[in-house]
Amino acid sequence: MTELKFTIEESLKPNAGGDGECGIALESDTSGQPSNSESAPLVELRDLTLQFAGQTILDHINLKIPRGQTLVIIGESGCGKTMLLKTVVGLIKPTSGQVLYDGQDINDLSDLEMTGLRRKFGFVFQNAALFDSMTIGENVAFPLVQHDLASGRKLRRTIIEALAEVGLPETVTTKRPAELSGGMRKRVGLARALVLDPELVLYDEPTTGLDPIMSDVINELMLRTSKRPGVTSLVITHDMKSARKVADRVVMLYPYPRLPAGEGQILFDDFPSRLATCGDKRVHQFVEGKAGERLMEMRRSELDNYQDTPNLSAKYNK
Amino acid sequence: MSSSTADHSIHQTRIPDPLYRWITDWGEMVVNALITVGDMAVFAGRILMWLLSTWPRKGTILPNFYHVGVLSLPVVALTGTFIGMVLAVQSYAQFANIGLESRLGAVINMSLVRELGPVLAATMLAGRVGSAMAAVLGTMRVTEQIDALTSMGANPIHYLVVPRFLACIMLIPALTIMADFMGIVGGYFYSVIMLGIDHYQYLNNSRMFVGGWDFFMGIFKSFFFGGIIAVVSCYRGFHCQAGAEGVGRAATASFVFSFVLILAVDLLLNITLDAIYITIWPHGAKLI
Repeated sequence: MTELKFTIEESLKPNAGGDGECGIALESDTSGQPSNSESAPLVELRDLTLQFAGQTILDHINLKIPRGQTLVIIGESGCGKTMLLKTVVGLIKPTSGQVLYDGQDINDLSDLEMTGLRRKFGFVFQNAALFDSMTIGENVAFPLVQHDLASGRKLRRTIIEALAEVGLPETVTTKRPAELSGGMRKRVGLARALVLDPELVLYDEPTTGLDPIMSDVINELMLRTSKRPGVTSLVITHDMKSARKVADRVVMLYPYPRLPAGEGQILFDDFPSRLATCGDKRVHQFVEGKAGERLMEMRRSELDNYQDTPNLSAKYNK
Repeated sequence: MSSSTADHSIHQTRIPDPLYRWITDWGEMVVNALITVGDMAVFAGRILMWLLSTWPRKGTILPNFYHVGVLSLPVVALTGTFIGMVLAVQSYAQFANIGLESRLGAVINMSLVRELGPVLAATMLAGRVGSAMAAVLGTMRVTEQIDALTSMGANPIHYLVVPRFLACIMLIPALTIMADFMGIVGGYFYSVIMLGIDHYQYLNNSRMFVGGWDFFMGIFKSFFFGGIIAVVSCYRGFHCQAGAEGVGRAATASFVFSFVLILAVDLLLNITLDAIYITIWPHGAKLI
């Protein structure tokens, strides 16, 4: 990374948490990539709110992702990270607010226009979401066939190249997803997501459930992908090692129901190196993996049930 | 009015809890049922829209035709044969009592081609194919495969549902014909070979009372049954709840809902088609 520029975005201020130390929105010059500080962001979330069955998942989220940036979103389970990712690609419609891709609100697009736009996205799902009914080769070929971009020998060559790029041999093309290990499936998912040369690659917990070595392989592949010209990445993860390794910028979301009234859901929006110096206790707790007051809450809830539950009652009486 | 008096009057006019709960439960059930029917109608509309705008690829149609048509043939043929024989066993005793056993061919064959053939084929299809469709699509939903399809620019209705809908609609008439044919063969075998009814009488009565309209009626109804199976099963799969239990529930609900709807639509179609028949042929053939 050659040079990094910070700009404090007024519009993002409501998201800044705690003492404000962690609420700096940045637009960075990543190595070899053009400056984004003045150009329009590739993805912009404006006042994005998402509710399910009357429950608020995301509340007035404002976020700009400049071209070429690798943005990692962290946060505990249930804070709405995956929902946010799916809203960005139009898999979920927001309750209110806008998702702008290259300045265009994706919710204003027709089905056909959305289909065209999705050719610019590559989505790596948490469990790879490979089609069970197809072979690995057919899975990787799917986007190309769907958009009539390749056939015959060219298609076969593209599949083999895509698989080779994620370190998989040609022999896997005839296998079924069930015959592969979790790490191999994730790599096939990545190959399938990259086969259309997308502008925006979205990763939903790419290292979850993998051993440390395979996690690092996936991290390296994500890094390699982010270095492709014109590729912007949005990564959702719990894995702090992965976040520190691949991120240009880290955003931490906090579950809406746990937030004090009036506070924004984004607790941290800064360089990964600043995670350690962030003044917000909740960010520290997450980064260090400490339960903190959650243990106290658990005990309190146990004590609340103390009177009614004979087993607990006996335990505490002891 | 003071607050204590107001509280007292509220307490006095309050509906008793069990009755209140009963009313709200029923109300919720009716509202949910209406929402489901509305949702299903919108889903069917989207299927028709995609069907009319873009024809699915051959690669997605043929496997579905194979699963729905070819793999269902043996089971439909087998059940058709048995139902024909069961009809012979049941009807013989009744008709022999009034000396009309020679009319057995007409009774068995008319019941088969008008009613039992199409309903039996539809039931087998709902059980064998409909539940499988709901389970497959449900699993695809919970494992994010449908999201993956969408994210790659494929419309899941066009890619997954339209080929299944086409397969059900286009192949259920063939399955109905198979059920009719095997039922007729089974009925003939049991009546003529096992019960010793005269071969000529059996066939002659069949020919006299069972006509082209009866065959048309069965085949015409089967198109509706095929559509119901495809729409209900795919809808249930698409709206599957998370987890293995959700998939299981979707598969069961698809069969139950399809079956109930098939019988309800069967009744309506029978009433309508019979009214049309009487209007066109007021002096049609009578069995007795």
